[in-house]
This record gives sequence, C-alpha cells and structure tokens, in this order.
Amino acid sequence: MSESLLTAATSKFGQAEVYRVESESHPVSFESNKLKEIMRRDTSGVALRVIDDKRIGFTSTTNSEREMEMLDRAGSLAPFGSEAFFNFPEPTEYPTVDIFDPAVLEISQSSMVETGQSLIERLLDEWPDLLCDARIGWGTGRGRIMNSAGIDEAYEQTSYYCSLGAQLIRGTDMLNIWTGSSSSHVLEENELDRLLQTVRRSLRWSENIAKATPSTGDIPVIFTPRGFAATLLHPLLSGFNGKNVVNESSPLCERWGEKIVDENISVYDNPLIGGASGSRPFDDEGVASTKTALIENGIAGQPLLDLQTAGQLGKLSTGAAGRGLATTPSPSSSVIDVAAGDTHFEDMIAGIKEGLIVEELLGAGQGNELGGDFRANVSLGYRIANGEIVGRVKDTMVSGNVYSVLSQVEYIGDSPEWIFGSLRSPAIQCRGVEVATKSE
Amino acid sequence: MKYRDIIENALQNHGADYCEIRIEETDNTRLTYRGDSLDSIGQTSGLGGNVRAATRGGWGFASFNSLDELRSKVTDATTQSRAVGDSKTELAEVDHCVDIVPPHIVCDPSRIPIGEKKRIMDHYKDLLLSVKGISSADIIYGDTSRKTFFANSDGAYIEQEQVHVISRISAQARDGGDVQQAGFSLGSQGDFNLVLDLDDQVIAAAKRAVSLLDAKSLEGGERTVILDPVLAGVFVHEAFGHLSEGDNVYENEKLKDIMYMGRKFGGKHLNFTDGAAMPGLRGSFKYDDEGTPATRTPLVRDGELVGRLHSRETAAKLNERPTGNARAIGYNFPPIVRMTNTIIEQGEATFDDLIQGVEEGVYVRNWYGGMTQHEMFTFSSGEAYMIRNGEIQEAVRPVMLTGNLFQTLNNLDGVGNDLDMNQGGGCGKGGQSPLPVSNGSPHIRIQKCLISGA
Repeated sequence: MSESLLTAATSKFGQAEVYRVESESHPVSFESNKLKEIMRRDTSGVALRVIDDKRIGFTSTTNSEREMEMLDRAGSLAPFGSEAFFNFPEPTEYPTVDIFDPAVLEISQSSMVETGQSLIERLLDEWPDLLCDARIGWGTGRGRIMNSAGIDEAYEQTSYYCSLGAQLIRGTDMLNIWTGSSSSHVLEENELDRLLQTVRRSLRWSENIAKATPSTGDIPVIFTPRGFAATLLHPLLSGFNGKNVVNESSPLCERWGEKIVDENISVYDNPLIGGASGSRPFDDEGVASTKTALIENGIAGQPLLDLQTAGQLGKLSTGAAGRGLATTPSPSSSVIDVAAGDTHFEDMIAGIKEGLIVEELLGAGQGNELGGDFRANVSLGYRIANGEIVGRVKDTMVSGNVYSVLSQVEYIGDSPEWIFGSLRSPAIQCRGVEVATKSE
Repeated sequence: MKYRDIIENALQNHGADYCEIRIEETDNTRLTYRGDSLDSIGQTSGLGGNVRAATRGGWGFASFNSLDELRSKVTDATTQSRAVGDSKTELAEVDHCVDIVPPHIVCDPSRIPIGEKKRIMDHYKDLLLSVKGISSADIIYGDTSRKTFFANSDGAYIEQEQVHVISRISAQARDGGDVQQAGFSLGSQGDFNLVLDLDDQVIAAAKRAVSLLDAKSLEGGERTVILDPVLAGVFVHEAFGHLSEGDNVYENEKLKDIMYMGRKFGGKHLNFTDGAAMPGLRGSFKYDDEGTPATRTPLVRDGELVGRLHSRETAAKLNERPTGNARAIGYNFPPIVRMTNTIIEQGEATFDDLIQGVEEGVYVRNWYGGMTQHEMFTFSSGEAYMIRNGEIQEAVRPVMLTGNLFQTLNNLDGVGNDLDMNQGGGCGKGGQSPLPVSNGSPHIRIQKCLISGA
C-alpha cells in the first residue's frame, strides 16, 4: 500500500513523502495500591506530504480504506499550503543505534504485574498509609519513511517503562510524589531500585513541613535532575527550536557562538545514545541522526532544525524532525544530555546556609517560555537551613529566567540521572531564582 | 446504524461481567501560523475503536485502528480483565438507551471551503502584524468532527456526532530579548461563525502585547485579586472541579474524609455546578462515553459540598448517583471522570461592589493556562491591572495565581452578578488532552491570593 501511494503521489506531484507508523503497547496499571487495568493498544496510520508547485500539501489517516483519498486531499490542500524551502532528501548512510531489544518482546504480563506489586509492597512496608499508583509496560514501534528522492527506510524500536506515584494525606495536607523511567531495554533491578530510592528519599525529606524563605534571587536553589526537567528544560529548548529561530522569537537569534550561560554548562541533543527512548538512527524526515551541541562551555552552539527551517535559514537539517501521525514535522529534541560536574549532591546541601531544593513543579509552561522565563508552584521542594534539609515547602512559587539562572551557577552535580529516557541531567545549584511564599 | 451489527455480534458471549465497544470516525482540519506566515495546514481522518471489559472489578482494554477481527479483541480485553479482577464488578445502573444523536450545528465548518478558512485567518494574521511592534502572529484554527458508535453488554447502542471549532489568536511583541504575548481563545460546538468578525478583538490583543513591553512586573506575594469571568471559570475548574471528580475519591479513604457531603467550603455565596445537559456549550453532550445520559450536577450549594462527578464505577462504589461524566478523548483511551461545563453560579454583587474598598489589589483577566494537583492549584492570567483605592489603574505583566483549595475558597468573599461562559478552554487529565470543556463564572474576588511576579 505504501509503495503504490508513493508511486501515485510522485507521478501526480513530482515530490512526495509517505510516513507510516505501526506500534503496540502493553501497559498494566495499579491504582490505590491495587492492580486496576491491563491494556493493549495498537496504532497504525499513514501520512502523505507532497510538494506541488513549491507548496506543501499534508494529510494523514488511520483509516486504511481511505488511504488513496489522501492523494486528492493533499492536492486540494497544497495550493493553500506553506511554501516549501526544501526538497525531500536522498538516500544516505545512517548510524547504528542500539534501540531494539528482543528481550522486551518476551516480557510477560504476569512479570509486569509482579514488578508493580513488588514496588508498591516495598513502599507500603515502610509507609503503610501510602496510596500508590504504578504503570509498567512494554511496547514496540515501527516507523517507515519513503520519498520520491529514493529513501525507503524503517526501524523498529522497543520500549519498557515504569512509573511510580505515591500519595500521603495528613489532614488536608496532600503530598504527591512521582517518578519513572523508560528505556529501549528491559529495566534492570537496580534501575527499579533507584525509582524506589527516589520515592523514599522524597518521603523522608517531606516528613516535616517547612516554610520557604522568600527571596528576590539571592539564596541558592538546587534543581535536582527532575527539577531541571520541570523548570529549566522547556524554556531553554524553546530558544533552540528552529521555528523560533526562523521567526526571530528566540532570544538566541543573534547570539550563536556567544557566551550565553556559565562556562561549565554544556547541553547536547544526542539521538545516538544507546538504550535511550528518544534515540533513533534517523529523524522523521529520513535525515541521519547526529549529536548537536546546543551549548558547549557556556557558548550557544546551533539550533535544532528540520528540513523546512533549515531551508528557511539557508542551513542543513540537523536531523531534528519530529512528528506525530497527524502533524507536519517540526524541530524537536531527541535525547538531551546535560554535562555533569564534580560536586556531590550531599556536599551542595551541606554548603548551603539558607536555600531551596526544587524537584517538581505544578503549572510550569504557563509563563513566557519563549523569552526563557519560568514560573510555577513548587509542588515538591524542600527548604535547606544550615546545611540540612528541614522539610517540604508548600504554597511556594519560583520564577526567573533560564539564561539568567544558568549564568549564576554555583555547583554542578557529579551523578547525572535519566529522566524517562529523553533527558540525562545532573543536579544544578544556582542563584537568581525568585521565591514567593504565603504569609500565614 | 452503521456498526450496530458488527459491534453487537462481537459482544455476544463476551465472557466478562461487563463489556463495551466504541468505534470512532474523525475528520479534522487545522491551520497554524507563526511569525509572519502560515506554518502548516492539514487535514486528517481517523478510524479506530476499543473494547473495554470488566471482570470481578478488574478492567481490560484493547484499542486498535483496524476493525477486523473485533471478536478477538473482545477476547483480549476480557482475558485481561480476568487477570486483574479479584473482587466484584460494581457499576451504577443507568437507562440502557438506543439512540442516534445528530451534531449540534449552527454553521457547519465542513461546508466552508479550506480556501475560505485560510482567507479569514490570513486576514487576522495581517491585522496582527499591522500593529506596530508585533513580531509574530501565532494563530491556531481547528475544526473536528467526531462520530462515536457505542454499544455495551447491557443493551445500549448510541451513535453520537460532535462538531467542534476552536481558535487561538495571539500576538507576540519583542524588544531585544524581552518577548511578550497577548491573545484570546475561542471555541464552539458546531458554529463556524465563531471566527467571523473578530477584527476589534484581534487589534486589541496586538496592542496589549506591545504595551506589555513597557508594563512593570509585580513582585510576588499575597494580594487581593478580582478575577474576570474567564479566569474565574478557569479557577473553579482547576481549584474545585478536579477535586470533585469521583475517581480521585472513590478508593481514597483519607480524601473521602476531606471531601464529605456537607463539608463547608465557604460562605453562602458559593454555588458551583457542572453538567453536560446545558445545550450547545463546548462540554455539552447527550450521553457520556459509557452511554450514561448527561445531567446537571450541583457540586456546592450555599458553601457546602452537595455532589460530585461520576462514572458508573465511581458512582456505584461511593453509592451516589451516576452523573454522566465518563469521557474519553479518543478511541485509544478508556473513559475517565471528567468535567463538562463547570460554573460558579452568579451572586448579587455588581462589579463596583467588588472593587470598592480594595485599597490595593490586582484585576486579573483572561487565561493562559492552569493546572491542579489535588488541593493545590495554579493558573495564569492573560492580563493584569493594578487596583488602587477601588479603581482600575495601569496594566502590569500577567501573573500566575496559586493556592490551596480549602484556604482559597474561604478567602473567596465576593461573587458578581454577571455570569459569562468561556468556551475557549480544553482540559487535560491522565494523558487525555485537550478535552472540550467550558467554564463559566461572574466576576469574583479573592483575598490574600498568592501571586508570582516575573
């Protein structure tokens, strides 16, 4: 079907691309300490993109009986479509990336159920009042890209994931903790242990409630790896998104090659890391994956580009095209890798007289991320006083600007952690974060 | 009744305590603009379905795009449910309806040619960019038709079609590294006219974005705030609505102790309601995704908790009446308890009554987003203005408001008499986003609300 669709589209429009996905996933879900639901999800669909008279026509369907209809649809949309600044790419060599593990396909439903039960039981042993949710699952997905320039490539990727949540209610105080992990390999016992340790640590640090100290930016704030993901990652990445660079809404537009943050900060987009969920041999337009330095030693490297944004900027695609079935490709990150430093996490805490640890936020992404701003409620965070964690903070908001905060880095942690297979980051201690709290 | 035979055949001798099949057909059109031009235009169509089964209280679920071998998918879901269940399947009794529900249509977007949709949006894009200082026009237009074909082992068979139109029009102004945005969101069920005649609003949004470049940021802290109907609607959705969803409560003894019927949340001026049985709104429908007829559910009356939102399962387990709030965003998700149209019923205060006596405070309007985690919530305004000595004064940069449900409802001390609905929102929960909902409220006043600066 894909071949005939491509052939017909190519003869009708000259340039055409067919993108087909098939996937299945098998999650088991626990709610309130009990097994609740077992699912199986199968997805398949196809998207057609054509370039007709230099304009892009795009359509997709999950209805296999309507695939050939897409030819007319694409044709009727193209005259109104945006101008194409690219040609579909030709075949090339692709790197080999470790993203398929046959052992994942052998995972049994009962073993996932046992894993979930064991995680929950181990938490309940120590905290019998907890209500835990968990989801464990495996999946496999196959993406195939074909175009009129001769590319016909496919890869299959496996995934195994586990997320774990715990809720503790005391009076009207509700504590919620979430953590999770995913990989293209089966998660090993030590990774599951790490998830448990994360939840246990959060529970221990939350035993007391502490009032955060209001600050206009003069107290140190530690972002744990999860805190970095929740607070700084998105406003930072928006500056590197090719679309924001093309329309000049990125604050980095004229700053490539300049120092934008502390010299100890290096951030890469690296889809070649084995086992990471975001890794891939080529992007969703068939462009070979490469490691891209977004920030190296504090200096702005280059933006993430797909074919269209690269064409608009007169550059080459960085292999950063991501897409869902129903949307046209656009620049997106694959695996973000933040370089580690040399400070033990415990030493950071010990060295702080008055400070805050940020682990999870509620409501991030509502502020002006395009300018690098962040602001949100700290849904999980702790006060540090005299070198020790004294308790969980509540009714506390943090705000600031990612470029400003990352220019005031004090220490970078020596043990980076994976966040759901798409980010690896150490803890980062910095200043410049405004902290607001409630008075009573 | 297009799929009735194949669905009902597949359901025969399903082997679970309960089984349902939902098939969906969708058609979408979407246009997006960024910078000074069209970003993308696309049309997509979809076909998919799912089987959901319950055995001894455990659930199995299988979703798919191919309708072949529906019978084996029933077996899959049933087998999964058996592997889960170890107690008792409890589902509240509802009328098992057989019905075909046509879409609510005022002006059908599928009858408007794509060229016309683009011409209208091009015009708004040009209008935004004609305002001096605007660097980018960010526009989304989308319309969707969703037809569902539902049957369950209790004998229900329901076909429903919904047509939605949404748009967000937003302008970006830039001064060096400082980027400010202002815009508005619209939504309707079945009415393309929604996107016509917006010139005044579009220009006002662009001018607002430019003026924000010169506006000051507020310092974070506690303040008296007055919320306009749009933002107050987001507030009731985020701060109260989510906690009244039965699935948060039904297996959570501690939360039951907190959210008990009759609990006092505030003064007699607090009256909250949710319901899909309000015709023509974004969150309106005749039956939910479990086939339960829509209702209108009082949540708070005279400051006391009087009701909550349910699926058939949460209603049965809490021994309350089903409310028709089980909704799924698409065929690849099971229905979960969701809001529909959520409102703060109007009170008696005029706007002047609310603002009088506010020595210093903030008037917040329009929404940018919101999130909630049980008793803790945050939401962002699209606009903010200082109030001094009972008068609205200069614009300041938009703020984020946050708080704890219990304290904040106690501090909600004024409810206006000017109820208005906001149809431009969408709700996310359990990975299912954005689900069509609407919110409504009059102006409200909250004392000691924590807001952020930046």
